[in-house]
Amino acid sequence: MPAQEIENEAACNCKEGMFPQRRRFLFGAGTAAATAAATAAALAGTLAPARATPDVPADPTRVPGRATGQDGGYGARSPFETARRILGPVPNSETTWTFTPLADQIGNLTASGLHYERHHAGIPSIDPQRHTLMVHGLVKEAKRFSMADIKRLPRVSKRHFIECSGNSGGAYQNLPLKTVQVSHGLLSTSEWTGVPFAVLAREVGIAKNAAWVLAEGADAAVMTRSIPMEKMMRDAILAYGQNGEAIRPEQGYPLRLVLPGFEGNTHIKWLRRLQVSEKPFMTREETSKYTDLMADGIARQFVFTMEAKSVITFPSGEMKLPGPGFYEISGLAWSGRGRVRAVQVSLDGGATWHEAGLNEAPQPMCTVRFTLPWRWDGTPVRLQSRCIDETGYVQPTHAELVRARGVNFYYHYNAIYPWTIAADGSVTHEAA
Amino acid sequence: MKPPRSRVAHPFLNPWMPRRAPAPGRKSLLVLFFRKELSFVFLLLLAIPALAQAGEATTGLGTRLTPSDLAGVFAIPPDGAGLPAGRGSVAQGQVVYASQCAACHGGALQGSKAIGAPALIGGRGTLTTKPLKTVESYWPYATTLFDYVKRAMPMGAPGSLTNDQVYAVSAYILARAGIVPEQAVMDAETLPRVAMPNRRGFVSQQ
Repeated sequence: MPAQEIENEAACNCKEGMFPQRRRFLFGAGTAAATAAATAAALAGTLAPARATPDVPADPTRVPGRATGQDGGYGARSPFETARRILGPVPNSETTWTFTPLADQIGNLTASGLHYERHHAGIPSIDPQRHTLMVHGLVKEAKRFSMADIKRLPRVSKRHFIECSGNSGGAYQNLPLKTVQVSHGLLSTSEWTGVPFAVLAREVGIAKNAAWVLAEGADAAVMTRSIPMEKMMRDAILAYGQNGEAIRPEQGYPLRLVLPGFEGNTHIKWLRRLQVSEKPFMTREETSKYTDLMADGIARQFVFTMEAKSVITFPSGEMKLPGPGFYEISGLAWSGRGRVRAVQVSLDGGATWHEAGLNEAPQPMCTVRFTLPWRWDGTPVRLQSRCIDETGYVQPTHAELVRARGVNFYYHYNAIYPWTIAADGSVTHEAA
Repeated sequence: MKPPRSRVAHPFLNPWMPRRAPAPGRKSLLVLFFRKELSFVFLLLLAIPALAQAGEATTGLGTRLTPSDLAGVFAIPPDGAGLPAGRGSVAQGQVVYASQCAACHGGALQGSKAIGAPALIGGRGTLTTKPLKTVESYWPYATTLFDYVKRAMPMGAPGSLTNDQVYAVSAYILARAGIVPEQAVMDAETLPRVAMPNRRGFVSQQ
């Protein structure tokens, strides 16, 4: 498998950030020459050529700062901050994905500009003045809602994660997922604002025999998924807001479906149509894709819920701890079945477990950041976390998961993902 | 000192407002009793229109859809409901495939890793070993093939094929997969009746 170069060395933010070792060759073993070059760079103690440094005065208290308003009225992050999404290893740039840089994420919410992406036919350009949502099928009165109509209806704001069901999927077959960005970066958390489907349902009147709703996007894939009516009525949100502003184009501007805890593909972006029906439509994405193939050749279909999962984001793959001493282990935990009840961290390869601190009261179907203070003695160590959700479900080990599902399941991988720290401080994922 | 009476507040407008300001240090039980009684009644009165609104009434937002609004939309379930008029043969499909599909999916429907186009045929019997998921080996319904091609293919010009072309290219792919005979013609009647090899390959979790 050829190595995929994510970004060139000059663009690497190795100078700051949390002790990254190197940020190349995330998807493959790399060529011998590249490995030799990386080793040479590491030996030389210079991990990357110096990046162009933003212009800063020697003492910012001795000169006036830049004038206000030069940002055009919309602020940007510091030029020192360079965390970015990276592209998935796919040849077609319209049908690919990007990973959220989880190791750089601070707190629990993902910056909107760093939210992971998955597109099936590019990112459409949509004028909100012309965009509408049609609701029809088994309803008393089929209706079209403009964005202005939708924004006049009662709204809710809730924080939920969205996770692609293919997140960590390569781990079933022990593919090299070297950084937490690549192993778990198809996960992001936002505050979503919009109208509950239950509110819209009252506007159109749902027929008694209605059991499913087809959601359709306005992208060039005209993406469709069939969603159980029970889920739609329970907590589905027709969202137009993300983290305090309009949803980003990559996330479905101007309207997307948010289905708390369900696999990412069902959260239809650029939502333009809801068709109420008795049965599912058996669309391409719910038959040929997003179905879980078991070892006996039978595939599970309509496996919507993302199970309890967690991962340590610091320290994590490709980082290098500068030496023994104090570190705060930190990571994210989540469950599609409700709230996270507890997170446990093991410092000895899973023999004993310590209760991690949760940084806030966990919300249903939302990530929570966990931390554990830790003093590293400089000897090799294996760190791992496991999530326990409010149903009592405990995140399984890789061996347990593969025993239950086989290695061709691909989707819904939620096993414990350990990181090994070598005596030199370098962090890697060793397949279980 | 007696506080001045408000000119605005009135017991009927504001039941929490005592009818008469109590003398300092001495609360009138009678006034309190009336206040409680009044607030209860008042709250009930308030609740009646709110409850009525929570029932059948809607906001009135949104505009009623007409049949012409829905003329361009579709989603084809396994029973074929909503399949349009039109038809296409395997031979006609071969022509459509060559001009619209082969550039990405290959002359032998084998797909292209370099382009990212999946294989359309082959892979039968691989699902328990090294799975090759194709229309032939994996897709449970032929109606899905029609729906997806009409909706999203070809990649560079989605939605550009006529219904006849979609029927024809569906017939061609199914014939190359060995699922329908060479003389097959696909239309709203025949397509839902195609027996897909992996029809029994799924268990719903719902």
